[in-house]
Amino acid sequence: MERLQQLESKSIHLLREAYRDFKSLCMLWSIGKDSTVLLWLARKAFFGHVPFPMVHIDTSFKIPEMIAYRDRLAREWGLNMIVGMNKDALAVGESFPAGRCDRMTCCRKLKSEALRHTLSGEWERLRMNHRTGQYEQDTDREPFTGVIVGARADEEGSRSKERYFSPRDHRSDWNVDDQPPEVWRYYKTDFAPGTHVRVHPLLDWTELNIWEYIQREEIPIIPLYFDRGDGKRYRSLGCAPCTQPVDSTASSVAEIVDELRTGKFTHVAERAGRAQDKEDGGGLESLRREGYM
Amino acid sequence: MTNVNVLQKTDAAFFAVPTGEHLEVVVAGHVDHGKSTVIGRLLADAGVLPEGKIERIRAQCERNARPFEYAFLLDALKNEQAQGITIDTARCFFRTEKRHYVIRDAPGHIEFLKNMVTGAAGSEAALLVIDAREGIRENSRRHGYLLSLLGLRQLAVVVNKMDLVDFDEDAFLAIEKEFGAFLTRLGIAEAVFIPVCAQQGGNLVRRAPETPWYNGNTVLEQLDAFRKPEDESARPFRLPVQDIYKFTEQGDDRRIVAGTVETGTLRPGGSVCFLPSGKTARIRRIERFGGDSPESAGAGEATGVTLDPEIYVKPGELMVREGEAAPHVGNLLRVNLFWMGIAPLITGKRYKLKLGAARVAAELVEIRHVLDATELTTVADKAQVERHDVAECVLETLRPVAFDTADVNPALSRFVLVDDFEIAGCGVVLAPDESGASVLRERVKRREFSWETGAITRDLRIAGYGHAGKFIIFVCPGPSRDRQGTETASELAKALERRLFATHKHTYYMSIRNVFGDFESPGADEVVGREEHLLQLGQLARVMTDSGLLFITVLPGADDTDLAKLRLLNEPNELFVVAAGECDLAEIRPDVTLRDSDSEEDAIQRITQGLNARNVIPDYSI
Repeated sequence: MERLQQLESKSIHLLREAYRDFKSLCMLWSIGKDSTVLLWLARKAFFGHVPFPMVHIDTSFKIPEMIAYRDRLAREWGLNMIVGMNKDALAVGESFPAGRCDRMTCCRKLKSEALRHTLSGEWERLRMNHRTGQYEQDTDREPFTGVIVGARADEEGSRSKERYFSPRDHRSDWNVDDQPPEVWRYYKTDFAPGTHVRVHPLLDWTELNIWEYIQREEIPIIPLYFDRGDGKRYRSLGCAPCTQPVDSTASSVAEIVDELRTGKFTHVAERAGRAQDKEDGGGLESLRREGYM
Repeated sequence: MTNVNVLQKTDAAFFAVPTGEHLEVVVAGHVDHGKSTVIGRLLADAGVLPEGKIERIRAQCERNARPFEYAFLLDALKNEQAQGITIDTARCFFRTEKRHYVIRDAPGHIEFLKNMVTGAAGSEAALLVIDAREGIRENSRRHGYLLSLLGLRQLAVVVNKMDLVDFDEDAFLAIEKEFGAFLTRLGIAEAVFIPVCAQQGGNLVRRAPETPWYNGNTVLEQLDAFRKPEDESARPFRLPVQDIYKFTEQGDDRRIVAGTVETGTLRPGGSVCFLPSGKTARIRRIERFGGDSPESAGAGEATGVTLDPEIYVKPGELMVREGEAAPHVGNLLRVNLFWMGIAPLITGKRYKLKLGAARVAAELVEIRHVLDATELTTVADKAQVERHDVAECVLETLRPVAFDTADVNPALSRFVLVDDFEIAGCGVVLAPDESGASVLRERVKRREFSWETGAITRDLRIAGYGHAGKFIIFVCPGPSRDRQGTETASELAKALERRLFATHKHTYYMSIRNVFGDFESPGADEVVGREEHLLQLGQLARVMTDSGLLFITVLPGADDTDLAKLRLLNEPNELFVVAAGECDLAEIRPDVTLRDSDSEEDAIQRITQGLNARNVIPDYSI
């Protein structure tokens, strides 16, 4: 079987396994290329349907095009779209852009904490009303016990050790030292009450695989990844204040695929433009242990 | 010089064939024998490390006054560096002109065997590292054994740290002889042995000048020499049914049977059979989102089909092609397994067995012998299987499963056992067990033997009550298929109780369907619980019917296996089966089959007539 086909099949198998076993399942969508590929794979796994909610954590500092793109696809594909944010921290200006904390603390508050409390249902969830196109407060506060995430093993060190099904305890902690075995096609799908499981269907994909697949499937991708005339494009998307574009004139999916094949970025980490990575000895490990994606 | 070129990232060819062949290779071996060094040095010599990585780690080592080791390259996680040993499998990527590699570094410490198993089970070939000076150690053998159990047949033994034995050929040959014999007994006859000095890079990518006596492959040449495992598409067709999708809410009325083709090839038009239910249908179409319906789906492909006719099948069944070699269907399995659980594998405890897409409750019936994996000698008479033991056992599943044996079709012989939310064991089915042992039957026998009853005989009770005791079971489709039907059936069962009571029969209605959740397609955590409740219900029925009661219950979604089990548990008393709606019974014929057009009164009439015909209620007086 061809490599992309292999990767697609395995990811679909994992998505179906998650859907079969987790009653309260959601998928995290950062609007970036990886989680958008994951969303596309879900549509393939379930024959055009996405039978679980998409959850987006809005830090309020995302690049504005990202939000517009999210809502457009949510409407076109009929997604059950849920948005969560750390309203309290934003209200008192506890963020790096507002100047009241450093980058790591900002990530922790606006992403990790917002995510944890949105998943558990403790904090307000906004759900898109497809009749009005507006977000409304969601009455459903059921905690999500299965969370599908687009992490890839080749992104950075700590992700290379992830499991496809990775349990998190009640505090969302990741115990790297004691991970469940994964044997053949059998994964950890049983879990004690109060815990939840992160599902990683894209673990085996590389950055190049992602772009080749976007090309093959003609997946609509956010144009921030393309050079729009200034010789710069984003290689990894995050919050505007902490995300830098790279020098590149690639202005289409095909050009990005070619660019990656030339090896231009081989010795430059994909997340090199993400400032928070550099404040933690480069590992992201402490953030990930606390639930960061 | 070596014949294999590692492609440097500066070579244009490096990325030219982006989606070519991939081979996944696990690196195993005893702790401290140098697995991480082998991989670290391989990556460094292959030139695939990020810029400045080696320099950064060298500087770090200087700060901590530790000698630089290539192993540190792999220690991406902080806590791992602190401990100085690999605790989990990590993936590394590189490629040669021939293909891409995913290298998994498997830990050698015994505490982390489950991680080693995780790395090895996903791999197609293995490097097993042995320290030339320390020689063959416990985990060298254990890892060898596990690789064989997990189905890996391509193995290169890397005899590392040759510098510590002065590159002595005899030292190398001694290990080759002893370990080669061990591997041959495991069925791995084609293992190759390579003398290596990983710290200096000798015989990894470049040839070591210190081993002129060695003419075989370098490690890198050997990687390229490994073959891709043979295509599973040529084997008999097997598709474990992962799920059934019907997204009617979104206006899609297809009922799609979804799963990943394990072996063989799926094609539309052919007749298929679902096991263990035995239901058959034709493949109408291979379904796909976007694009035309494919003409086939091969081994490893995640797919989905619509059937003609649209029969009802359950997740967990195995789809096979009619006319091809059939798998076994049974509930007694003779297996080889490796136990990873902290609590031992014991008899009398319920586990969950996952095989293909099936999830069934299972019990340990018998331990044939426990293998000392390090010596390959067997230990008989062990009462339990301890952590890190390898054992041949007999397992009984509480409902039949479809499987192949390891010698015929390994993929469908593989299973895991779940104990308390964790995968605690993994293994392969060697054969169906034909000893006839059955945990359930044993339990019933023991129960009958130990019960003492009074002087009122069955006949006296019939004379006194005017009817015999009977276990009346209403079977209907489960709520996930037909919520209304489930409700109607239980209302009817309660109406029957009222009617019987009004005519002075001794009767009792009880349903535990709420305890089951959805009896028909139990969730992951309900598989074991469901069997437990079925057992309780059967035991209860035995007492109720023996005391002369007409005991009534409703079992939404019950199938032949459930009823056979209740029949056994209720022995010597009998069942009376009322079928309401599109039931899931194949072999068992209901005593009364209700029609959709039946009113409640009609239904009760027909049930009481049936009871009368079976001499449960001799005088027709209702």
